[in-house]
Amino acid sequence: MALFPQSFAGRRTLSAFTLALVASAGFLAEGCFRGKDAAPGGAGRVRVTYWEKWTGAEAAAMQEVVDEFNAAQDRVWVDFVSMAQIDRKLLVATAGGNPPDLAGIWQQNITSFADRGALLAMDDFMRADASASQSSGDAVDGFMARYVPVYADMCRASGGRVYALPTTPSVVALHWNKALFREAGLDPERPPRTRAELDEFARRLTKRDPATGAILQAGFLPQEPGWWLWANPLWFGGSFLDGRGEISIGRDPANMESTRWLRSYTEEYGNEALQRFASGFGTFGTPQSAFFTGKVAMILQGVWMNNYIRQFAPGLDYGVADWPAADEAALARAPFTVAEADVIVIPSGARHPEAAWAFVRYLSSANPAARSRAELRGMERLCFLQEKNSPLREWSPYFEREHPHPKISLFRRLSESPLAVYAPSIGVWQEYYREINTANEKVRLLEASPEEAFAYVQARMEPSWRRHRESVARQSRVSLSAGGPANRGDEP
Amino acid sequence: MMHGETRRLLRGLGFTGLWIVGLGVFTAYPVLASLYYSFCDYSILQRPVWIGLENFRQLATDDVFWLSLRNTLFFAAFSVPLGTIVSLSLALLLNQEVRGRAFFRALFYLPSIVPAVASSMLWLWIFNGQHGVLNQALAPVFALWGGQPPAWLGDPAWAKPALVLMSLWGVGNSTIIYLAGLQDVPRELHESAELDGAGPLRRLWHVTLPMISPVIYFNVVMGMIGAMQVFTQAFIMSGGPDGNPARSTLFYALYLYSTAFYDLRMGYASAMAWVLFLFIAGLTWFANRIAAKRVHYAS
Repeated sequence: MALFPQSFAGRRTLSAFTLALVASAGFLAEGCFRGKDAAPGGAGRVRVTYWEKWTGAEAAAMQEVVDEFNAAQDRVWVDFVSMAQIDRKLLVATAGGNPPDLAGIWQQNITSFADRGALLAMDDFMRADASASQSSGDAVDGFMARYVPVYADMCRASGGRVYALPTTPSVVALHWNKALFREAGLDPERPPRTRAELDEFARRLTKRDPATGAILQAGFLPQEPGWWLWANPLWFGGSFLDGRGEISIGRDPANMESTRWLRSYTEEYGNEALQRFASGFGTFGTPQSAFFTGKVAMILQGVWMNNYIRQFAPGLDYGVADWPAADEAALARAPFTVAEADVIVIPSGARHPEAAWAFVRYLSSANPAARSRAELRGMERLCFLQEKNSPLREWSPYFEREHPHPKISLFRRLSESPLAVYAPSIGVWQEYYREINTANEKVRLLEASPEEAFAYVQARMEPSWRRHRESVARQSRVSLSAGGPANRGDEP
Repeated sequence: MMHGETRRLLRGLGFTGLWIVGLGVFTAYPVLASLYYSFCDYSILQRPVWIGLENFRQLATDDVFWLSLRNTLFFAAFSVPLGTIVSLSLALLLNQEVRGRAFFRALFYLPSIVPAVASSMLWLWIFNGQHGVLNQALAPVFALWGGQPPAWLGDPAWAKPALVLMSLWGVGNSTIIYLAGLQDVPRELHESAELDGAGPLRRLWHVTLPMISPVIYFNVVMGMIGAMQVFTQAFIMSGGPDGNPARSTLFYALYLYSTAFYDLRMGYASAMAWVLFLFIAGLTWFANRIAAKRVHYAS
């Protein structure tokens, strides 16, 4: 029986209906089963899909490296796709069993994804490469030795396995406005070297309206931009986890010391005056940002700052220096800094993991003898174009000498410091990070004392950390009883 | 079943079939699945494991959950009545016979078609404590008492009221619905009330409001449901899911979102979603009870 009698629907309606059905089926099929070798270029090669978070110039830099890889061999073809909210898209695609072969996420995501079995460990690939080249020693350590230790360490998740490799790294340094130093009668070539000096310089660089007392210019504000306030406890010699791997934020006295320092700035400037002053700042990445407009004279910022200054505050006379040391005695030791990295991962369920690894391996290499921009390869080309430091231990002469950031050597030295820290590799870091930030905020706004604020974080994170470990154990029990591990990430 | 009825049924299904499949796959299944997940340890990336009432037990003692509920109730308690008064007043004004009426109607509706993200970016500048247009206007008023206007989004005490104020920006939709209701009020009722000597205020109170009470009821319930789910403005204006400053704008939907997609605790987030659903259902039932006596249906 016809669904639509001719008298009612007519031939045209019927064919339109059929067309719609076919079109929607095709749409679904396109979404669910991605075509193989459909696009031009790289015919006959294994096609690897690579999702990245970058847009604009940073994406163009990676595209150049992808093109370089595609041209350098004839076995693998990488399709580079740039997209927003990469971590959540990767999450959903991996859960749905249809992830890309490669994805660019942040170092802070590694452990939470790895704990849930969403990432392939790269150890086996490294071992296979090593046995092919018959090299001796531990293959994984041997491979990772090419990286600056802090970047190598942050790629290892639970169990010490390597679940990611750095793409572009960053490291944080003190930036100061030389013109404002001159105005305040300070030596423009002499940045503060200790925390005490930072506080003192900040005071001397602060200007107020004599009539109303309103702040016109602040020497330094820990909360501007405040992206690494979470690391303050470590700067003060504190800890997030104790020796047994248990939460220690509310137990370590050095942690309290770090928020007391934070609070001292509110006390110095006045809570209300500070709120009013800070509420006039534009967001970062606009010309109204506080450091660009000269409202704040010193700021802790990443290696990308040079690029932003050129865009939004051309001509700004600034300097870059080490993160101030704890005290005079600490000046003799290595400098403290926070290191971060964008990383590349191979999701569980990737269709072509070996081909994906071929690209990752390429990206972990460079041409140490490069003497011109054209001779830059892999990692160095990417970091050069993105104007960041290379995470590799060895830099080519051209990379260091001609780098677009005039102070790149300082960032290299900072990243090599044994006191360079990174976000701890624990599965509950996202929550821990939010709690620490909220605690810092409450102390800064004089809503809680340092002890209260961190005791609260301790009380919240202890059960959460326990729950997470129970959940991971429960999942591996379930997948074992269901006939072996659900995927490689579950293995201890 | 008779042959003709079967034909009719099949014909009907032919027209609605695609929609029914869509509803089942994209709405009914996710809703029911989230109910199941709310009783599970579920990280999205792995199979859900049944843990009974554990998620709900945890919710009861999770003070960030209670804080987010309190923040959301604060927002709803102020934004819904305020929104109702403003949109109803606007509708009453736009219902007057004035020159350029169509122009004004379009003008007041205009903000509703601006995407939430765009208007949030705009309001960030309006609320800017130093250079914002709002504080430029308020400064002379506060100066009369020797004070200064608040820092709005930078001040934990004023961030929520700022978002309430901003919610008034989107009253265009309910204004249109009120307008439609006002045009249905029979003219003869107004005329006879006028003959009996009722002034404009008495006519508003005794004729207009009772006649549009079903519309008010509808708008209040919809406004309440929307307010309990407030997300976009807070997410953008506080710069993420933390509810800055100091969690003063941490709304229910923000906490749910960060639990699900940052902490990968979808089971717990599903439990939160169901609690919110039951809460809204309860509020609606309560509103229904109140309305039963006070809402007047003409026919």
